[in-house]
Amino acid sequence: MGLVPFILKKLLRMAALLIALCILSFWLVSYSPLDPVQAYVGADMTRVSSEQSEMIAEYWGLNKPPLERFLHWGSAVLHGDLGTSMIFRRPVAEVIGERFMASLALMSTAWLLSGVLGFALGAVAGMKQGTWADRLIKWYCFTLASTPAFWLGLLLVMVFAVWLGWFPVGLGVPAGKLADDVTLANRIYHLILPALTLSILGVANVALHTRQKLVDVLASDYILFARARGEKGLQLFWRHGLRNVALPAVTIQFASISELIGGTVLAEQVFSYPGLGQATVQAGLRSDVPLLLGIVIFSALLVFVGNLAADIIYRVVDPRIRKGESA
Amino acid sequence: MNRRQITLITTFCAAILLIGVVVGGLTLGEERLSTNLDIRNASPSLEHPFGTDHLGRDMLTRTLKGLTVSIGVGVIAAAASAAIALVLGMLAATMGKAVDAAISWLIDLFLGVPHLVALILISFTLGGGLKGVVAGIALTHWPSLARIIRAEVMQLRSAEYVQISRRLGKSRWWVASRHILPHLFPQLLVGLVLLFPHAILHEASISFLGFGLSPHQPAIGIILSESMRYLTSGMWWLAFFPGISLLIIVRAFDTLGDNLRLLTDPHRAHQ
Repeated sequence: MGLVPFILKKLLRMAALLIALCILSFWLVSYSPLDPVQAYVGADMTRVSSEQSEMIAEYWGLNKPPLERFLHWGSAVLHGDLGTSMIFRRPVAEVIGERFMASLALMSTAWLLSGVLGFALGAVAGMKQGTWADRLIKWYCFTLASTPAFWLGLLLVMVFAVWLGWFPVGLGVPAGKLADDVTLANRIYHLILPALTLSILGVANVALHTRQKLVDVLASDYILFARARGEKGLQLFWRHGLRNVALPAVTIQFASISELIGGTVLAEQVFSYPGLGQATVQAGLRSDVPLLLGIVIFSALLVFVGNLAADIIYRVVDPRIRKGESA
Repeated sequence: MNRRQITLITTFCAAILLIGVVVGGLTLGEERLSTNLDIRNASPSLEHPFGTDHLGRDMLTRTLKGLTVSIGVGVIAAAASAAIALVLGMLAATMGKAVDAAISWLIDLFLGVPHLVALILISFTLGGGLKGVVAGIALTHWPSLARIIRAEVMQLRSAEYVQISRRLGKSRWWVASRHILPHLFPQLLVGLVLLFPHAILHEASISFLGFGLSPHQPAIGIILSESMRYLTSGMWWLAFFPGISLLIIVRAFDTLGDNLRLLTDPHRAHQ
């Protein structure tokens, strides 16, 4: 199969999954016992008469049967309109777009940093298999895999923000500063700790996979031959190891976007960072159904795109698969 | 001492630790959790190894009780998840191509949404609370195990004794329950134990975000989210000890699962 049909097939499958996800998640939220009108009004509910709450329900279209609401919502989504967020009082697409830009900075920093660091650690552990360095890196990765993301964030806040005072305790920009006065340096300064939290945690997965792959590669016959010719250490890794382990590492890193999103939700909550993750939590806690649905679909889209990118890179870069196609 | 003995000993230690925490959490009395304003915000001491919180409650007791709740939720949710994985994995492997395609499509669907976002959605649907957490974890954690079981059943189906049994006219159900299920058991057990760490971490995460257990229950997520308010005042023990206890428990489950896998793997029996 050529690359274009392959991508088309993947896109078709992705579209089918997204439609199913829309139906499933709409069905789920329509069964929630939480009253959206009450969530919208908040603590003033006692002062709202039943006629008023009916009017609010009518305004949001909440008094119609679920199927009709779904068709209305679904056709709007197809036109790119995700509805209006109840807590932000703005179009959902706008809220998601703005929040995502903030999260994107955080996620891409963490993604790159953890990828590079994880690959380096995995390569070292694989080359030095069985030594204390290998054991230390393995122990570190296994321990990280058991570490709650939000707790690591709390620890970093305690050490670097409270004790040492190097970094701010939270928020995306300095408190009390006008939006126009916020500089790029301000934003980066507030980004470091949450990005560090996510990077430290993201390392484990890619490092362990790279290590395992490298161990497999080093056990092969051509490595034995290369060693017999006198190649060793960095030269051996550069010539034979790197090429074979780089591709799986990139694939793993693309496929780990799902976990990265989960980590971002937690890290943003700890650091009060105004990104998409924080919006997810607010939407859930304050029953903002349109925003919650929008975020579920958007995050699924991100994961699908990540997986698709991994598949495409594999096909484009790996000469074995490329040759298999033309044959 | 050979490697197998070391594995056995670490497995034993991890099991003892987990049982100890649960027993401690269940037997420690409520009186250590009563409000005592004389000793509030005390830093760790011999009397209160983990310190006390803003109401003078003993943090060690709260942590142990919280861990017990977490382990309980983890066990129930992971067991439910493993059951789903077993049923779907076996169905996918035995009921023909159409069912297989449908189930692998379902797996893709569930893997497509980040776990935490799916958990928030499900817990929102069920109105929060314990059942939301358990249902959420059970419904999100089965896909990877289902894949493993499917692959295993596929392999078993082509085994000679299964083929012969079929030729002898045994029903599908007979083959599945007498030949395939017993072989799956070790895999399933290991998969189940390895699901615990994820289940517990996600329980803590979702409670931390405010979707899980009510604030009156002593859950680790609740304790840690409370501790966030006191971070800037330098009361480090509120967050440090509960978190590291959770880390140790999760790591113990992980070790337990890995070791069980090594011990049940016949290829490693000679080590």
